[in-house]
Amino acid sequence: MDIPFDQILIQTLNGIVTGMILALVASGLTLIFGIMDVVNFAHGELFMLGAYVGVIVLAATGDFWIALVAASLIIALLGAAIYLMTLRPLLGRDPLTTILATFGVSLVLQNYALWQFGPVARKIQEPFTGHFTIFYLDYPWYRLVIALLAAAIIGALWLFLKFGTYGIWIRATTQDRVMAQAMGIPVPWVLTVVFAIGAGMAGASGVLFGPLVGVNHTMGLDWILKAFIVVVVGGMGNLAGSIAAAIFISLLEAYAALWVSPAQAIIVSFVVLILTLLFRPTGLFASTPR
Amino acid sequence: MRVRHTVVYWTGFSVILALLVIAPVVLPEFWRRFLTEILIWGLLAMSSDILIGYTGMVSFGHSAFFGLGMYGAATALLSVQPPNLWLAMLYGLVGAAAVAGFVAYFSTRLRDIYFAITTLIFSQIFYVVIFTWTEVTGGENGLTFSRPPLAIPGLFSVPFTSQTLHWFVVAVVTLSYLVLRRITRSPFGMVLQSIRENEARTRAIGYPIERYKIVAVMLSGLFAGLAGVLYAVQNRFAAPDFVFFLVSGEAVIYNVIGGIGTLVGPILGAAFFLLLREGLSRFFTEYYLIPVGLIFIAIVIFMPQGLLGFARRWLNE
Amino acid sequence: MTSVTAAPLIEVDEIHTYYGKSHILDGVSLAVGSGEVVGLLGRNGVGKSTTLKAVAGLVHPSRGEVRFDGRPITRLPAHRVARLGIGYVPEDRRIFPLLTVTENLRTGLDRRGMTAARKKELLEKVYAYFPVLAERRGQAGGTLSGGEQQMLAIARAMMLEPKIILLDEPTEGLMPRMVSQIREIIDVLHREHVAVLLVEQNVPLTLDASQRIYILEKGVVRHHAPAAALRVDDAVIHQYLGV
Repeated sequence: MDIPFDQILIQTLNGIVTGMILALVASGLTLIFGIMDVVNFAHGELFMLGAYVGVIVLAATGDFWIALVAASLIIALLGAAIYLMTLRPLLGRDPLTTILATFGVSLVLQNYALWQFGPVARKIQEPFTGHFTIFYLDYPWYRLVIALLAAAIIGALWLFLKFGTYGIWIRATTQDRVMAQAMGIPVPWVLTVVFAIGAGMAGASGVLFGPLVGVNHTMGLDWILKAFIVVVVGGMGNLAGSIAAAIFISLLEAYAALWVSPAQAIIVSFVVLILTLLFRPTGLFASTPR
Repeated sequence: MRVRHTVVYWTGFSVILALLVIAPVVLPEFWRRFLTEILIWGLLAMSSDILIGYTGMVSFGHSAFFGLGMYGAATALLSVQPPNLWLAMLYGLVGAAAVAGFVAYFSTRLRDIYFAITTLIFSQIFYVVIFTWTEVTGGENGLTFSRPPLAIPGLFSVPFTSQTLHWFVVAVVTLSYLVLRRITRSPFGMVLQSIRENEARTRAIGYPIERYKIVAVMLSGLFAGLAGVLYAVQNRFAAPDFVFFLVSGEAVIYNVIGGIGTLVGPILGAAFFLLLREGLSRFFTEYYLIPVGLIFIAIVIFMPQGLLGFARRWLNE
Repeated sequence: MTSVTAAPLIEVDEIHTYYGKSHILDGVSLAVGSGEVVGLLGRNGVGKSTTLKAVAGLVHPSRGEVRFDGRPITRLPAHRVARLGIGYVPEDRRIFPLLTVTENLRTGLDRRGMTAARKKELLEKVYAYFPVLAERRGQAGGTLSGGEQQMLAIARAMMLEPKIILLDEPTEGLMPRMVSQIREIIDVLHREHVAVLLVEQNVPLTLDASQRIYILEKGVVRHHAPAAALRVDDAVIHQYLGV
């Protein structure tokens, strides 16, 4: 089958771009899971609401970057509120209940968005247009920038965890919540903040991704599925693994889209998930089994 | 105490059964169909209770079993003439069982969260396949077909009326309930519950946990598929929307609202939810899910035993 | 027995704890004075660890009170208890495996009144007491040997500048050479006026290191004596500890 080289190249770039955004979403999810053993079903909806906040702030200020920052902060606050109201009361209970609770939250948020914004998709304008040439093709600058931005945000997170004052608190709490408390670390506060950070990252992803597709209330569903797959394939709680898995899966899907329709291309990620679960259940990219 | 409970239980059971039988005669058409739908969704939720309530495995895969039951029945009713009810059931159950076996094989070795996610993914796999394989499944539009008559070949054939279909559904759901009740109280059911309480200890005692879980998933899948068949017969269409994982989510909601681990609870949960939706949709139109979602979250946090929780020990003993 | 004139540092007053339906602590009372080394002995499963956890705030008794410097701390969350100056060294150490030795120690450093200079000072002071840890300061906690992890666990608790350290079976699974090092560390703590509540299976070590001993049996304190008296009371030791 003759696929022209330029199409493969474009799909590679697309795969990397989508992969970085997916990595950003998945990082938040895996951070939350790692520290409090909660699978945040509502993560996709936080992504979606971030995009909507982006739409509104963009319409109000005309500045994409303000919209990005505003969405991150607002969704982070929303995340903190969700944690305090629904997850903190469930600490120490059966992990089943957190899956159910976050599922309930996702339903509420999804329908809230439908209620407030209606079923018609909105658009976020790209902050700047213009293409650059690679080989003999035109590829939009904007896409490259968002990939870099997503990478930058993840990088900042990593630096914060490794070297920041409170990075130690977060890492200690992730490794042993009880002893972290015994060392005077205010664990309830740490958990709230981490959830907020994860939420903020999802919100930011929504704004970054907004210009690529339309913003509507179901966009979270697709992403939560992919994010789950990424987190499992990368290894639950494994930040580096999630990033690698995100790019890997996005590239595979992008290439698959050359042959089949995008709706079917997602089967590729399903297959990767199943294979991972069969042969390396701790994660394809996990270095130490957790 | 136990004797008194049993008497009260069976009395209550008979009363409810009698009400369900009388209902189609007294209710207007709309509510008749509504009641039938409650029972069908209740059956789906009940099947999911086997996993959530008794074995402690949260599954989002029921939409796949339900969907395959539905499409299996559709296939039978479309490809074999004259449309045969029992064949539809057979196809549907086989389809659901096959999917359940497939899902069980891959997922049961995984613990809690991974199991939930994997079953969700499987629902989506089947969703995508059904959605895109238009030649076979009708794709986005699904399949439509006519309702088969209630027939025993060679003896009689009587087309269903809305009333007789309701009685048929009542009969199937009641039978299913009794069968499942029997199973959950059997030694097998006890092992499942012990798996829910403490999997490690059950394994340590020597039970082959994986095998029990696989059987639990298949059992659950069978009855979910049966619900799918009933739905197909009732509504005369099959659509991919029902395979989308949100449908599994709804089954889980019915379970939690009604009370997991009670078998009856899920049916009540379904009734509560659907009635609430009906009621709220007059005021909130499509956004009824917001208050319902909030109620659901509140129940998870404050009433983890569900509406039926306090009566749980009581009813099924 | 020396009389304690001011309120004892730690007072445990008739605490009851449950684990599900099991009644673990059935009215335990004890006291630790400022700077004292107190031993808590008893057979396996009598509730010694649970008592320490109750003092540390990791377990909240359903009845009874725990007091620190006279103030009730029974309901305080564990992280507040730690910041009051109660250090906890659990059974099986539980150092943070993926943090380096220094990072493990730093977890206790972010407290009110800790300037950068003071933090550095404290870190160096602790490293002076534990040169082995200083050698391994960049290593991940999980890669240390059992004895080194035990030292790290104690050093980590010391970073809280505690008034009392709760030690849960510090010599378990350690080689004799390490055991005597632990013994020395207890002496160091005593010299630094840090009180110690020591739970141990190693009876001779406990009798040697402590000033007073409580013996626990089935969730209640059955015997309480100065260590000196108990060292020569074979009958009691045999009765409660079967040694």
